[in-house]
Order: sequence, then structure tokens, then C-alpha cells
Amino acid sequence: MWFMALIFVVTLAAGYRIIRNIPSLLHTPLMSGMNALSGVTVVGALVVMGTAIVHESSILAAAAVFLATVNIVAGFLVTHRMLRMFKKKKPNKRQP
Amino acid sequence: MTFSVYNILVTVFIVGFLYSLKLMNSPVTAARGNLLGGLCILSVVAATILEYGVISRGTLWISMGAGGAVGLILALKTAIIRMPQLVALLNGLGGGASTLTAFAVLGYTHDGTYTTVVTAGLAIIIGSVTFSGSMIAAAKLEHKISQKPIVFTGHNAIGYLLVILMGAILTFLTLTSHHPYVSILLIAVALTFGIIFTIRIGGADMPVTISLLNSLSGLAASVAGFTVRNPILIAVGAVVGAGGFILTQIMCRAMNRTLYNVVMGRTTVASGKKRQEYLTPASTSARMPEKTGESDVDLLRKSACIIIVPGYGMALSQAQHAVKALYDALLAMEKDVQFAIHPVAGRMPGHMNVLLAEADIPYDRLLEMDDANKLFKNTDVVLVVGANDVVNPAAATAEGTPIYGMPILTVAEAKRVIIFNLDEKPGYAGVENSLYGMDTVTLRLGDAKEQIQKLTKAL
Repeated sequence: MWFMALIFVVTLAAGYRIIRNIPSLLHTPLMSGMNALSGVTVVGALVVMGTAIVHESSILAAAAVFLATVNIVAGFLVTHRMLRMFKKKKPNKRQP
Repeated sequence: MTFSVYNILVTVFIVGFLYSLKLMNSPVTAARGNLLGGLCILSVVAATILEYGVISRGTLWISMGAGGAVGLILALKTAIIRMPQLVALLNGLGGGASTLTAFAVLGYTHDGTYTTVVTAGLAIIIGSVTFSGSMIAAAKLEHKISQKPIVFTGHNAIGYLLVILMGAILTFLTLTSHHPYVSILLIAVALTFGIIFTIRIGGADMPVTISLLNSLSGLAASVAGFTVRNPILIAVGAVVGAGGFILTQIMCRAMNRTLYNVVMGRTTVASGKKRQEYLTPASTSARMPEKTGESDVDLLRKSACIIIVPGYGMALSQAQHAVKALYDALLAMEKDVQFAIHPVAGRMPGHMNVLLAEADIPYDRLLEMDDANKLFKNTDVVLVVGANDVVNPAAATAEGTPIYGMPILTVAEAKRVIIFNLDEKPGYAGVENSLYGMDTVTLRLGDAKEQIQKLTKAL
């Protein structure tokens, strides 16, 4: 338990420090990217699926896997779509 | 938690996730960061599937396949302008998944330790609030329900009552049995609270709401991580929770509002009397004559330094491509053209930047508010396209109005300002724009897209 609490506090602080420095230019992709990351909850669903002793748990876990997978796949793809728009601008910089 | 190979491996991936976010620092590396994040998730999922021996489960592959397909369609079919809705929707799904996971543990396993019950209960609450709150936010953004704050009679009382009820159920869970029905009741109460919470937040406050829900979806995952004793879930959830919270803070600061005021729905309501004072004198002096003598075209031809201020109105009239054409025309005339973007322009943080990027406007031409404000003094012409509240100098003086104290783009400092707006009506905040009466300001009413296209042609 103490180890889990430590992880929580350390990552909370690390995340705060890193994300604070991200420019507002990228806030929308940042948010949709973080959104995709929150789909990591799929891992929890997988754990439940693996340790389930009754049928109901498996069903709930499968439903959770479904929702979280939508979250992850759509989140990362849409972030990629947006970031690609930012990326291809580089070569045609015309202003000094 | 034991120090198995899995746990050590997974701890390594936490560093990967943090690094992927660090890469989001610059537009040059951001795409790589996103790719790394995706790769990390994929690896973690694969490791978990192997560790918990679920690789042969049919239900796993069906639910993953279906989820992947739906996600693929959503990601490819959604227009960039509808990004806020999509993000809200996906947030909700993440929250929903955390709820279901916690429910499965709380209702159907017999691990009755204090940690499990409390964290599962909390994950259910946060996840459910995220789910229903996000659905309401998405519906508001889609205009499925009114963007105006909807306030029920006794709204606060209902809210507090639901909070107390959730506390009571949580306590009941820790003290006695955790029958599935108790969890279902908790879910129902939390879902209701999510609706009550979000329904009275106004459309223009959506940047704050979405950021907050983003934070909550991370927190829900993190708490669910305690329930299933999984470090990666705890860590990544915490990072997202922190990130969403930072964005919430930034958005609140950009509107000079406290989070409390936003969630209490104090957008355009409240401060009735004082607001009236500022509405009346301004509206009598409105309808100023066209200052002719020189056309917009001549003015632009003469100018060397031009800043364009896009607002949500530009996005609504789909004028960003017309603006891009104008930008190209001005560039061909060797003008210095930049864009000034207010942090809350649009419906989610950074929304305007993405809309302009979609229209192929290079990101190095986009200025943040503080940088732009330093440049306005030396700018020949500012073109305001569908923005109102964010350029309204009344923000400095109109005490008691929603925009009072809000940092604005100080376009009034420029030599000339041309405003392209649909009408003279006050912006979302309901405060008359004192720019409209100024000598250096020309107002062009009507559809911004047509106006800009006409101007571009004339150049």
C-alpha cells in the first residue's frame, strides 16, 4: 500500500511539472493525448477479467475493456491527426 | 503488491509515459510523443494480458475488437471543429470503464479489505460523475441541449444532498456487506450528481469543464488502480489527473474566474444590477457611422504589419479557410501577418490553434496572448474575425460583469482595427463591446466568411 501511495504522489508531481511547461499552442492535442492515456484503465479491466471468479465480473470487465479500447484507439488516432497538421507546416516557413 | 517481473516492467513503462508527455513540449516532437504514448499503452496491455492469462478469452478479443473498430471510426470521421465533443465523449468512456472495473471488484469478489472497498467506492463515484458529466458536456457542445446554464430549483440543495448520499453509501459499504445492489445504487447517485453538476455550466465555460472532466477521468483510473493493485494504472491516472488540473487552472485564469464560480454556473447570471449600468449607456451610443474616406483594401495595402484575431465566431461560420486565403494574399504582398490567440478562444484549451493549423496556417505565425499584446502598439491593422469578449476593453472597467478582470487582447492599441462580426450584439458574456465606439475601429457586419472572401478578392 505505501508503495502504491508513493507511486501516486511521485507521478502526480512529475506530471504536474512536465505538463505545466507545454505551450497553449498544443493544449488541444495534449488534452486528447492525455484522454487516450486515461484509457489505461483497460489494464484494470484486464486484471479483473483474469482474476474473476464469477461470471458477472467477466461480463463487467469485458464491457470496461470495450469502453476503454474506444477511448484509447480514438484518442491516440485523433491526436495523431491533429499533430500531423502541426507538423507539415515546418517546410513552408516563409517569414524571416 | 509483489516485485514480480510484471511490476518491474510496468514501472519502466511509467517513465516511458512521462517521457512521451515531455515530448509534447514542442510541435516538432509532439507527434513522436503521442506515438511513444500509444506504444507504451500497447505494451502495457500486452504485458497485462500475458501476466493475467486472459489471452485465450473470447470475450477479451470481441470487446477489444469492437472497441478498436468504434474508436477507429470515431477518430477518422470526426471533423476538427467537433474535437471538443469527441474529447468529452471519450473522457466519459474512460470514466465509465473505471466505474465498471471498480464495480466488478466491489460487487463480485470477496476481497473485503478496507483499501479495496474505499478505493473501489471512490473509483465508482469519480468514474460515474465523469461519465454522465462528459455526456452532458458533449451534448451541450453538439447543441443537443441548450448551451445556456440550466438551473433547477434548489439546484445547490440537490447537489449537496447527492454528495451526502454518496458519502453515506460509501460508509455503509465499508461497514457492512458490499452487495452488488449497493454498488448499483452508488453508481446511480453518482451519475445523477454528474448531470446536476454539468448541466448548469454555460457553453463558453466548456474549456474549463472539459479540462476538469479530463482531470477526473485520470483520477478515476488512478483510484481504480489502487483497487486492482496495479502501479501503471495509479501512475498514468495520476499524471492525467495532474495535467487536466493544470489546464483547468490555466483556463480559469484566462477568464479571471474561480473554478467555484464556473461550476456554480455563474456565467451570465448574477450581478444583475451592475451589469445593467454598463449595458445601457453603451447601447445608446452604438450604431456608429461608417468611417469612410479609405476602404479596407487601401488600408491593408498601406499597412506593413497586420495581426489577425480569430474567435469562435470564425470557427462557427467556417471562415478559417477564407482567412487562410486572405493570409496568403497578404503574404504575397509581402506583409507581415500574424495571428493573436486568446487562451479561451474556442470551446476547449488550444482549440483555435488546431482550427488554424487545419486551415494550413503555419504554427509559428500564431501568437499567444502575452506576446501579441506587446506587438499591438506597432501594428498597423488588426483584423478581428468573429471574436468579441476576448477583445473587449470593457473587461478592465465593467465591474460586476462576467468579463470584469479578464485578461484581453489589447487590440485598441493598434493604429487601426477592423472587426468582422455577425452583428453588434454583445458577446457571450452579454457586455457591450466598447471597441465599437472608437475612432480607429471599423465594424463590418455580416457573415465573416463572405466579408473576408470579398476583401481577399479586392486585394
